[in-house]
Amino acid sequence: MIDVVVLFFLFGLAAGLLRSELKLPGALYESLSLVLLLTIGLKGGEGLAQQALGPLVPQLGAVMLLGVAQTLIAFAILRGMGRLGRADAAATAAHYGSVSVATFAVGINWLMTRSIAFEPQMAIFLAVMEVPAIMVGIVLARGVGRQTDWRLLAHETFLGKGVTLLLGGMAIGWAAGPEGLAPIKGLFFDLFKGVLALFLLEMGLIVSRQAGELRRRGVFIVAFGVLMPLLSALLGLGCGMALGLSVGGLTLLATLAASASYIAVPAAMRLAVPEANPALSLGAVLGVTFPFNILAGIPLYHWLALQLAGVAP
Amino acid sequence: MTLSTEKRTLLTVITEAAIEQTLLRDLDRLGVRGYTVSDARGRGSRGVRDAAWEEAANIRIEVICPREQAESALGHLQARYYADYAMVAFLQDIEILRPEKF
Repeated sequence: MIDVVVLFFLFGLAAGLLRSELKLPGALYESLSLVLLLTIGLKGGEGLAQQALGPLVPQLGAVMLLGVAQTLIAFAILRGMGRLGRADAAATAAHYGSVSVATFAVGINWLMTRSIAFEPQMAIFLAVMEVPAIMVGIVLARGVGRQTDWRLLAHETFLGKGVTLLLGGMAIGWAAGPEGLAPIKGLFFDLFKGVLALFLLEMGLIVSRQAGELRRRGVFIVAFGVLMPLLSALLGLGCGMALGLSVGGLTLLATLAASASYIAVPAAMRLAVPEANPALSLGAVLGVTFPFNILAGIPLYHWLALQLAGVAP
Repeated sequence: MTLSTEKRTLLTVITEAAIEQTLLRDLDRLGVRGYTVSDARGRGSRGVRDAAWEEAANIRIEVICPREQAESALGHLQARYYADYAMVAFLQDIEILRPEKF
């Protein structure tokens, strides 16, 4: 059974591939992503208000290390097997070490549709996993040199739109608690699936534009775009087992690990590693990995989580 | 009626929205006193940049300034950005009123 929101993605993809005139206004795309980020933040904050925050600190350290490890592994594969240049390999690796909010949102939706619970701290994991890969990617490309304007980059990444909205939403959700959030529940929680559906329609259109790039790059990028998330998901599952997450939490951490950034990282890499070809990274991330994760990856990661947790499906 | 216009140079830069902040800081450092930024779409050697989403967004920056300043800014852009970014920049001679502004 395929989730209805994924059908919207396929619709957008088909319309784009057929070169339909369909185009969503840029402001709508921005608004939808704003609502998605705030909703994920609010939900996480609401859950966190009901538990102690102290035990989370080592967990955050663990998922940040996970992001670093993924970036290094991806870099080694791209350099070694893909024979990419240093800049291209480092920039693409950073995309794969970081996370995608859209993939995470589809994962949450998949679990909610099946009434599978997950830990509220997943939203913080999403926020903290975005950044380490960017730093590692820049160091891999540049070394720790003077040419990199770290202050500007830190500002871009930590105060970028995504992290700001996630953390802001979390703070509001945490401060307001379930009762405080009740008046705005209609917009943020009840409309979540509708917003996600429209967002994925636009994602389908964006992904369809990567088709040309994939034809040019061929087999290696497609293979990397599928195998890297699988490898990352296994790392994520291992990390989640070590943290003692539930099946829902394991599924989401695997999804986060498997996902690859297509907003924060491309923007940061454009500034810090300009000689890397953005079309190459985005072709792999958007053309292969994002569709793979939302169509096949998430159900697979859930199945693997069930096996690991020792629960019969 | 004759207007007492003066000559200045208009520097126009069309480039990726991703580097807006760094570019504007560069212009400030070069002593530019004002600029106009607008969103832009188009097509060139780096493909269609239709602003459908952030990665494909373009901007156009316009600066009116004395000739020497415009030339040094253009030289800086060429050295720093031309190799790695989608960028078109050019100069035009224009006539302005209120020379003290530019």
